[in-house]
Amino acid sequence: MGFSNFFAFVKKESLHIIRDTRTMLIVMCIPILLMVLFGFAISTEVNNVNVAVVAPNRTDGVEEAVDKMARNNYFSFIGYIDNSEIDKYLRSGKVGAVVVFDKDFDRYLAHSLNGIPVKPIIQIIVDASNVNTAGSATLYLQNVLLDKASQQMLFETRLLFNPQMKSAYNFVPGIMGLVFILVCAMMTSVSIVREKEVGTMEVLLVSPVRPFKIIFAKMIPYFLISCIVLILILLLARYLLDVPMSGGVGGIFLLSLLYLVLSLSLGLLISTIAETQVAALLISAMVMMMPILMLSGMLFPIENLPTFFQVVSNIVPARWYIDAIRKMMIQGLSLLDVWKNCLILAGMTLMLIVVSLKKFNDKLE
Amino acid sequence: MEAIVIDNLSKSYGKVKALDNVSFSVRNGELFGLIGPDGAGKTTLFRLLTTLLTPDSGSAKVAGWDVVDDYLAIRSCVGYMPGTFSLYQDLTVEENLNFFAALFGASVRDSYELVEPIYKQIEPFKNRRAGKLSGGMKQKLALSCALIHRPKVLFLDEPTTGVDAVSRSEFWSMLADLKQRGITILVSTPYMDEASLCDRIALCNEGRLLGLDSPHQLVASFQSPLWAIRAKNMYALLEVARRFEGVTECYPFGEFHHLVVTDAFDAEKFARQMNRCDDFVMCEAHPTIEDLFIKLMKR
Repeated sequence: MGFSNFFAFVKKESLHIIRDTRTMLIVMCIPILLMVLFGFAISTEVNNVNVAVVAPNRTDGVEEAVDKMARNNYFSFIGYIDNSEIDKYLRSGKVGAVVVFDKDFDRYLAHSLNGIPVKPIIQIIVDASNVNTAGSATLYLQNVLLDKASQQMLFETRLLFNPQMKSAYNFVPGIMGLVFILVCAMMTSVSIVREKEVGTMEVLLVSPVRPFKIIFAKMIPYFLISCIVLILILLLARYLLDVPMSGGVGGIFLLSLLYLVLSLSLGLLISTIAETQVAALLISAMVMMMPILMLSGMLFPIENLPTFFQVVSNIVPARWYIDAIRKMMIQGLSLLDVWKNCLILAGMTLMLIVVSLKKFNDKLE
Repeated sequence: MEAIVIDNLSKSYGKVKALDNVSFSVRNGELFGLIGPDGAGKTTLFRLLTTLLTPDSGSAKVAGWDVVDDYLAIRSCVGYMPGTFSLYQDLTVEENLNFFAALFGASVRDSYELVEPIYKQIEPFKNRRAGKLSGGMKQKLALSCALIHRPKVLFLDEPTTGVDAVSRSEFWSMLADLKQRGITILVSTPYMDEASLCDRIALCNEGRLLGLDSPHQLVASFQSPLWAIRAKNMYALLEVARRFEGVTECYPFGEFHHLVVTDAFDAEKFARQMNRCDDFVMCEAHPTIEDLFIKLMKR
């Protein structure tokens, strides 16, 4: 088969995709939807927490601390309240946190700065109905309020890379790991199985063209679509969600390309197992998505999993991809620093391709 | 030379024997019909010959190539039209034809003269999606696509099933045309009336061959006397006729019942007795392929 014939295959496959506008739309919208959903709606980050302050003596030190907090984007200072109103304000949801200053705040602060041990001088009362938000708010509030005093504290906590604990940073790599499996594996497997189901595979097989060429040609348009989706996700991540990408966009892109190829090979493998489009869909949606959601570190840290699942998670490709992307996007590592992940992903890709080509049958049985 | 040689071919799906020791051959340039009801093993035979399935035992050659050892060679020199419409419904008529030409590394221009008589009938709709064509037009497009690489042997699996009567006869005249151009055609059909349009036919049922010859010869081999009978109450007539002395077989056949009898059958006595039925009609009938098929099947 010459190049022009190969092109005819790619063209035919592209026509299938273009004419199926609904699927096309879904493929393009799912990533955007997920990004927006996880980036904004499903969020554990501290954003616009209303804070009230109880201060028996509004001294300079108190005002300075409150001022600093009020200027911060993540907190809205709604005013001073009385000690007796704390419960009412928290219960009604008017505030997410209340900061109570000691009546001798200034004096104790000075003691603390001079190295004299003191009792706690600020109390933070937080609405912990949302555990995640409460935790992050407390931490961040402490950082803001005790900036000066912290010089004297025995423990100093600093949150590196993601000091505001933005959840987008956490979710973007996860979404990427999920979306490419969805787009590549699901779409390629369904499109190959469709040929089996409709009967066109029969005609394709009774021709001089070898099946792996047919399939290779099939992968190209899906690969291109995935590249567009990849660029879309990276743009959204950078400009909408402000993910830093400190490790270099080039490296992230390259690693993602490898992951795309891996997902396509996974789709190929599914297509050799599934006999109907519904089966292909179910396998890619259920069998692939569950491990990615649960075992890839996207939602739950791998370290928190039971040992058995920690071992199992090693064979989930998304785990290695998400881990590497996280390191590159947020920690600022380069592609070379995550060579181990790259190597594992490349090995998995190779294995998938070999197994599926072996399994691929150019007969009907 | 023989275009297709089949030697003791067998194929089972689990416990079901789809094809049971079938042997026959098709001559070069012949229009050969495979006649049999659903489940006769026609599709299995096509898939074995087009190398989509591997036989359990026996062997077969297509265009001189073995279906197991040389299956790749066979795949590039045959044209295959499966029983279900197997073109891309979301591609246009023209895109389908171009794609199948490319599949075989052929160009539409080089082979156009071969497919022209068929393709020109659907050319006015060349920008229409294949899924939106009528049944007859779909078959014409599928045939064009199967021919675009100038195959030596053409396999057509029930090409006229589900197609209207006019399109069916058009389709058969196209096949006669292709035969003139030297293409060997193996065609299967469940319609007995199409059998007479073939050079030779093989009657098959439940994976076995019941008979093989030219339609004319096959019909001539039906030696028993045959009568056609009709009455107002057809069901009662069937029951009574079956019990009559000398009647080997009585079965519905169009508007009549066909009565297969032995020499011991007394037609006059039968007519006298049956005259009691309302509107009784009885006449001698010429056997058809269908009569032969039923006879062979019962044996």
